[in-house]
Amino acid sequence: MKSVFSKVRNTALESTLGRRLWGSVAAIPLMSWLIGALGAFILENLVGYSLALLVGLPGIPAIFGLSHLGALIGALLKGVSGYAEVISSLMLFLGTLVYDLVIYIIPTYILARLSVPLVEKFLSLIPARFYTLLHLAVFYGALHLWSYQDDYRLLVVRFIGIAIMLTVSLNLVNGYMGEFSCAHGGFMAVGAYVSSVIMVWGFVQDDVFGPPVLPPALAPIAFPIVLIIGGLASSLTALAVAIPSFRTRGDYLAIITLAFTFIVKSAIENMEVIGGPRGFMNQPKLAGLPWVFIWTVLCLVVIYNYVNSTYGKATCAVRDNETAAEVMTVDTRRIKVIAFLTSAFWAGVAGGLFAHVVGYINPATFGIMKSAEVLAMLYLGGLNSITGSIVGAVLFQLLSEILRPLKLVKWVVIPILLITVMIFRPMGLMGFREIRPQFLRPKKEVKYAPASD
Amino acid sequence: MTLNEFAQHFLNALQWGSFYALIALGYSMVYGILMLFNFAHGDIFMAGAYIGLFVALALLSISTTGIIALPNWLVFILTLVLAMIFTSFLGMLVERVAYRPLRDAPRASAAITGLMVGIFLETSNLLFLGASRKTFPPLIEKTVYEIGGVTFTNIKIMIVGLSLILMLALHLFVRKTKWGMAMRAMCYDYVVVPLMGVPMNAIASLTFAIGSALAAVAGILFSIAYPVLEPYMGLLIGWKAFVAAILGGRGSIPGAVLGGFLLGFLEIFVAAFFTSTLRDLIAYSIILLILTFKPHGFFGEPYSARLRL
Repeated sequence: MKSVFSKVRNTALESTLGRRLWGSVAAIPLMSWLIGALGAFILENLVGYSLALLVGLPGIPAIFGLSHLGALIGALLKGVSGYAEVISSLMLFLGTLVYDLVIYIIPTYILARLSVPLVEKFLSLIPARFYTLLHLAVFYGALHLWSYQDDYRLLVVRFIGIAIMLTVSLNLVNGYMGEFSCAHGGFMAVGAYVSSVIMVWGFVQDDVFGPPVLPPALAPIAFPIVLIIGGLASSLTALAVAIPSFRTRGDYLAIITLAFTFIVKSAIENMEVIGGPRGFMNQPKLAGLPWVFIWTVLCLVVIYNYVNSTYGKATCAVRDNETAAEVMTVDTRRIKVIAFLTSAFWAGVAGGLFAHVVGYINPATFGIMKSAEVLAMLYLGGLNSITGSIVGAVLFQLLSEILRPLKLVKWVVIPILLITVMIFRPMGLMGFREIRPQFLRPKKEVKYAPASD
Repeated sequence: MTLNEFAQHFLNALQWGSFYALIALGYSMVYGILMLFNFAHGDIFMAGAYIGLFVALALLSISTTGIIALPNWLVFILTLVLAMIFTSFLGMLVERVAYRPLRDAPRASAAITGLMVGIFLETSNLLFLGASRKTFPPLIEKTVYEIGGVTFTNIKIMIVGLSLILMLALHLFVRKTKWGMAMRAMCYDYVVVPLMGVPMNAIASLTFAIGSALAAVAGILFSIAYPVLEPYMGLLIGWKAFVAAILGGRGSIPGAVLGGFLLGFLEIFVAAFFTSTLRDLIAYSIILLILTFKPHGFFGEPYSARLRL
């Protein structure tokens, strides 16, 4: 299958038009693309709504009009009987295509092309160690402009951020350490509940916890600290999984994590103070886009550096052969505990963010299906790859949004798609491969030699 | 706790233990042969219950329209046999579509396809049959017996008895027949044994067929005991049976039976002595403790680093 893909790509590159197009795209540094996107989103802010009305859309399409694609698929699946629906959804879909082209694609491309010399000059002036920070800042700017257009976008973007955190942190245990943990739902629940309870007890007038203990004005400042406390509580509970992992691994450990998820869910359901099975609400909705973005980036940076550090190498050694790692002076117990605790910490933080995005949590949210969803995102993206985890999480969430108009059929289509991906790419989309951040540096020229094989 | 109450709990525990054990056997056998967990197994249990429902309804309608008058016990036996056959075809189909292409892939990828097949089965059931719950027709008249102050129903006795007979049959099949020998050989070494002329694909299909047939029996017995069917009925019971399979020791048939009954007893007696809301909390804490001190289950072997990555 792989050879077919590369053959298609090579023939596309060898054709003159393909080479010219790809060459002109690849010669543009990432920074220019980001600036182009920034410009496109400013344009959308200015004229988006009127253009949307002009091409016959009810309003600005939420996520690049992807849901119209889903509606079109849904109408097509219904067959001949719903042909009026097919035509109306086809019109909407064509409208979003025009909209995307006029608002996003063409302005982004033009701006990106135009800004190349400027960007290269600018990037050569500043020290290379600031590149990542600079890219992140511009990326955040673009994201902010895009998502504050519409509440739905804002929600989806924050959910994607949380999904990335969950997937990357699960990758540490399932990918780099080679275990099969299904406990991420449980860790998330601990983080979500601990941080919610502290926030509500501290800063909100509540029926159960009474008046706020601390002045509510402090809430935004205390929020990150509370999230960290939630994460730490989550890693404390992870000891219940980490200590049995000294003596066993693989499937037995999978059961331990599964039992852990059941225990956490059942324990929460039995605590009447925090609502039991009815759930817990009144959390201040503090997790805005900036916080989710910052935490996601922090999580990525920490885990990226972790897996590239000596600890990360030791973790991989434990995965490949525990006895050999032990012989090579790796303290396997220590490595296991650290990996589990780090992973659980970030799951807990993600849970805390989730609670403060939605403003309501109940134990059923964090059941075994949550763990299964994170596992699906992880294996879709591929093990042992941070970028793979990002790709998996974003793709899965976007897929979920595209197929939302299909309602129930969505959960028939997603499994079929994932099974197909797994059959043709058993390692996931990017298993054991990484896009390194070296590509942030400005490119001088891009050469394309025709493939020799 | 009076003697009668204790006997009730004991019988309930035996009954739930039989469900868990029947499903756990499917997990364990597939694990033993192919070294992977069939996460769709809980949903095959659900599918078995539904197939049983439709077979039973069809047979009953044949019987009432008067083409052939069938007594209810015969309908029950026919339902059981036909549902076992149909469900084993479903299991073989799942193996062919979702597991065989991934045999050389990392095991976790196969686990994901299994999960996805499970979701697919649930949702397509929900789509085609609607969200309304189905009721299983009462095929067996419920009679209550009383011996020495202890009351019990014939249904519970039948469920436990039938499960035990099937487990014994499986044991004999695996121990005494040529196919069973091939399966045990495959458990021992799935790389070399196919080179000795044992057809790997046929054995894999057979394993899935037997496991699914047992799940179908569990599904039908479950719906006779609790006659309400819904698409997500296999989800939790499937995961719990998975726990039972591992608790006994992965890939071990007596282990799966023991694990199933142990889980049944734990859950029922925790609910009997404490409140039933604490059931999962205490039962799984005990399992966590057992696995901490006996890390390879009851009959399992220490984890050899046979990773197929």
